[in-house]
Amino acid sequence: MAENSVPRRVALKVLGATLGAGVFAQALAPLKQFTEGMSLQGFLQKHYKELSPRELREVLRRLEEETEQRYGAEVTIRDLRPTPGVQFAYALNLSVCIGCRRCVEACHHENNHDRASHNSYIRVLEMEQGSLDLERGDANYDHAVPAPGKFYLPVQCQQCENPPCVRVCPVEATWQESDGIVVVDYNWCIGCRYCEAACPYHARRFNWRAPEVPAREINPDQAYLSNRIRPQGVMEKCTFCLHRTREGRMPACLEACPTGARVFGNVLDPSSEIRWVLEHKRVFVLKEELGTRPRFFYFFDE
Amino acid sequence: MNTESTTADAPTHHRSTYPRFLLRVLWESVDGSFGFYAWMGVLTAIALVGAHAWAGQNAWGMATTGLSDHVSWGLYIANFTFVVGLAAGGVMMVIPAYLYGDEDMHDVVIVGELLAIAAIVMAVGFIMVDLGRPDRFWHMLPGPGRLNFPNSVLTWDMVVLNGYLLLNLHVCGYLLYQRFLGRKPRHRWYVPMVMVSIVWAFSVHTVTAFLYAGLGGRPFWNSALLAPRFLASAFVTGPAFIVLSLRVSQRLLGLPVPDRAVDVLLKILRVTTLVNLFMLGSELFTEFYTGGSHTASTRYLYVGLHGHRELVPWSWTSVGLNVAAAVVLLTPALSARRWLLHLALAMTFAGVWIEKGMGLIVPGFIPSTLHELVPYAPSRNEWKVTWGVWALGLMVFTLSLRIAAAAAQGRFSLAQGTTPEKGGA
Repeated sequence: MAENSVPRRVALKVLGATLGAGVFAQALAPLKQFTEGMSLQGFLQKHYKELSPRELREVLRRLEEETEQRYGAEVTIRDLRPTPGVQFAYALNLSVCIGCRRCVEACHHENNHDRASHNSYIRVLEMEQGSLDLERGDANYDHAVPAPGKFYLPVQCQQCENPPCVRVCPVEATWQESDGIVVVDYNWCIGCRYCEAACPYHARRFNWRAPEVPAREINPDQAYLSNRIRPQGVMEKCTFCLHRTREGRMPACLEACPTGARVFGNVLDPSSEIRWVLEHKRVFVLKEELGTRPRFFYFFDE
Repeated sequence: MNTESTTADAPTHHRSTYPRFLLRVLWESVDGSFGFYAWMGVLTAIALVGAHAWAGQNAWGMATTGLSDHVSWGLYIANFTFVVGLAAGGVMMVIPAYLYGDEDMHDVVIVGELLAIAAIVMAVGFIMVDLGRPDRFWHMLPGPGRLNFPNSVLTWDMVVLNGYLLLNLHVCGYLLYQRFLGRKPRHRWYVPMVMVSIVWAFSVHTVTAFLYAGLGGRPFWNSALLAPRFLASAFVTGPAFIVLSLRVSQRLLGLPVPDRAVDVLLKILRVTTLVNLFMLGSELFTEFYTGGSHTASTRYLYVGLHGHRELVPWSWTSVGLNVAAAVVLLTPALSARRWLLHLALAMTFAGVWIEKGMGLIVPGFIPSTLHELVPYAPSRNEWKVTWGVWALGLMVFTLSLRIAAAAAQGRFSLAQGTTPEKGGA
């Protein structure tokens, strides 16, 4: 009997293993949906900095096609490089800002953010007069502005010269360009969100699901490193609208500001407005003590 | 063992004996009593539910978790941190056995090393399920990928975790294989690796603490005490879990466990539970005596902040569990009762799981860097994935323990082929 029972037990084990494998495959079935929108070229795509000009052109074309298939919109995705001799900086006049959040809205549309979550790279804090303690700020105010006794502090990526987010990224998916803009290769990011933990300014956002934007609302003027529609599961951030600013235009948030609180430009250009502000106003940066050296300055007029 | 003399003299053909060793391991993994099948069946079922939940998370995005841009790490990273501690805690058996030459400990030290393997498997699992793009995992491989080494502490963590896994796999695999061949293991093939693994154990948990401690924008983590605290709590959970595993293996698998080995672990625990509580106390003093915005996270954790008290009951439960366990461990009249002792071990295990898991990760994000207070609670899907990874780790641990137990009883050798007599659980 002992001789018979062993093959039978083996047979039972083989049966069990087969069944187990079948159930396992079934359990992982939703992965099919995950891999459906994925192409082999997309899977194997190299890091942005390693792409040859020809490879990059192919990538851009493929991404444009994918956007058309998925979102039904015809878009142009360009690769815009930094201009030598340009260092961008931003300044914001807190005496003038009224907290209307038009900049938040402009960012939302310009950068093809997910409509459902109403995402934006800018958050405006309503602060109490006489305090710069962020703990006393409120980002969820919902009343007519400006409210008496308050001032408003819009916060977005500070494009730090010493960016903690870049240092912690395990795969070099985010880096600082020569004009000071910190960018993300959305096709290289693994979605670990370490940069989001490292950023002291709440400037980074994660794509918790694939962004949804109606075709007619999509901004077709896109760049690889900025406002193209991001894939699910990767990080994104403010890029000072590099698809506009690297062509000499102003960021969308600046153009939307009704009070002219925002000043943007090339600090290396002596005749620029930003240079004038930095030279003549008593500017300060957020959380200076952390040593991140922001390129985003704040000042009061009076 | 009567086979020892014959196999030791004859030249060994590893090409034929090693596959037979692996086959024997496989057999030992799928053959056992009804209780064994039931236990493994339950774990498999939980792991499958977890796998399904993880597949869904990838299909529909991490919006299926309770995470947000404010609290961007949660249950997964909390458990990751905890299991890295568990892996490092295994070293508290290795040190007495190898550095102090404790013979009794030597008989069962492999349990600590096997725990390290299972815990690292879980740690890697928790990192994988936390990734938004697991398909891009290869970006982290040196060669085809682009590793931001040495700048990113996360790359250091990958190096030390994988190194620790390899070291322990080698030591355990070598010892079991030699046992299988009926040979005496040669020191030079494993003792140097064991010595390296001791230092390595400290490094895995130190580096994991540095992941958080290095972030200047998160004052709750940005503390020099974080790494020492991590080690102290690891040396609580590791020995506590090992003592419980030893007792279970003794009863169900027939593993011979010398009482002195357990005594050594309890002695270690009596010190480490106190050190852990002391460090907690000194952290609390610094935070509460100073006050100010930088201590907002600690206030959120222990007394609540602006009406938000989500974690307060958990934190005090954790403190209560750890204090109660310390009282039992330090009172001879109480720890003499075995059931109470075991309960205390389970309590401190749970206490540290809360403290070092959710109690460490979540307050790092609450309030957020702009001082917004967005609460976090894991979603049902997140819990499923988490239990799935735990089930996977427990399966690895169960199977490896059974093989170690069989080897300790001489039931795991080349001479017996793949059809052992019935026995074990």
